[in-house]
Amino acid sequence: MNNNYGFGRIILTILLAMCMRIAPLPDALAAFNPDWVLLVLIYWSLILPERVGIFHAWGFGLLTDILTGRLLGQYALAYSLVIYICLKLHKRLRQFPLLQQGLFIFFCLLLSQLLLFFIKNLQHPAQLQRVFWQPVFTGTLCWPLVHTALRFVRLKKHN
Amino acid sequence: MPAEDLAIKLLFATGPSINTRLLVAVILSIALLVAEHRSPQLDFLRATLSFFIDPLKYIVDLPSALIESAADSISSYATLKKDNERLRKEQLLRQTQLLKFEALEKENIRLRALLENSFKLGEQVLIAELLAVNMLPSEHIVIVNKGTRFGVHKQQPVLDANGVVGQVFRALPLSSEIMLITDPNHAIPVQVNRNGLLTIAVGSGEPNRLILPYLPSNADIKPGDLLITSGLGGTFPQGYPVATIDDFNSQPNKPFANITATPAAKLDRNRELMIVWSNSTPVPLTTKPVTETAHQPPAHE
Repeated sequence: MNNNYGFGRIILTILLAMCMRIAPLPDALAAFNPDWVLLVLIYWSLILPERVGIFHAWGFGLLTDILTGRLLGQYALAYSLVIYICLKLHKRLRQFPLLQQGLFIFFCLLLSQLLLFFIKNLQHPAQLQRVFWQPVFTGTLCWPLVHTALRFVRLKKHN
Repeated sequence: MPAEDLAIKLLFATGPSINTRLLVAVILSIALLVAEHRSPQLDFLRATLSFFIDPLKYIVDLPSALIESAADSISSYATLKKDNERLRKEQLLRQTQLLKFEALEKENIRLRALLENSFKLGEQVLIAELLAVNMLPSEHIVIVNKGTRFGVHKQQPVLDANGVVGQVFRALPLSSEIMLITDPNHAIPVQVNRNGLLTIAVGSGEPNRLILPYLPSNADIKPGDLLITSGLGGTFPQGYPVATIDDFNSQPNKPFANITATPAAKLDRNRELMIVWSNSTPVPLTTKPVTETAHQPPAHE
């Protein structure tokens, strides 16, 4: 076990998540496109808390800001807060059944989305629309998928 | 290193505690947010980081670009021939129109000189290609593949073959973000081509729909009127088609009429866009020919 164990894999999966984040979907589907980057970050912070910390979340949040053309710092803020909660609770969460884990993921995504809305509202008053909540629900539904896929990636590394 | 050692090392991990780290991250984020909200001093940081991120946009765009080039290469000989013939005819038609246009332009400059009215003329264009990426569905912002390396800068007007598309919202080194005229945060000063009535067209947030909220109920405007850029405000050059009015109904008891318009540009279909450098020096008040500079791509900076 060296110190850089598995870090290449982590970065690759996050870059892939960033690509999926800006994938050119048709408009009807694009409104449902979940926050893949956050889902992947949550997975790695739960499984390898000593590898993915708050500063990693902050850095990838900053890159997401640039990727999506937002004000610098808003995804950085949301991601570092969510990953803080994940790191605090990771020991308990790993024991949870998938359903309870899903509930936790739902609240994580909701927190991040609310923070982003709050910052957007400070910039110029915005309205809460249905479109705004859709990614939270689809993100929760996608969690088992992300979990399985990343588990596959991680275990393949071991062999 | 044995596994237990590593576990112990992780258990008593050195460095600041998790709470301290969170505090630092939150303070840094808020500092960034405030700094960028108040003044655009972080452009350099954004440009540097976008060097690492922009390749992702090109990767995501790759499938659509490949499909397009594949479709081009397998189109049949007959289609190509037909296309070629049609384009040749179209070009001939346009060229004759341009002949007349040049004479009209000269005449216009002469007349303006008589009126002692300065007139901006001569624009340079750069063709940029849309990248098929989807940033945020709720906002009407698109990405093109030309950035500050080609001299693109903020607030440049962007056109397509049919009319005004939008303006450069943010120029990064390898790509730039373009805000469409239909974005709810966008407004463009326009003029009714028929009678010169000045007003402002605001984006509605829906695709292919503009709103004209500042015209009184008795304004001289009717469906089918063409709106062109008025040149006021300085961002957009004068005289380019923006939209056609498609609905006008006056609301009784309200000071302003309810008017909607459809953009002339094909906002959802075009892959090629033109970024325009408008020549900011007015034409001198003499009849010296100045049109040579028009329609040439600028030198790459």
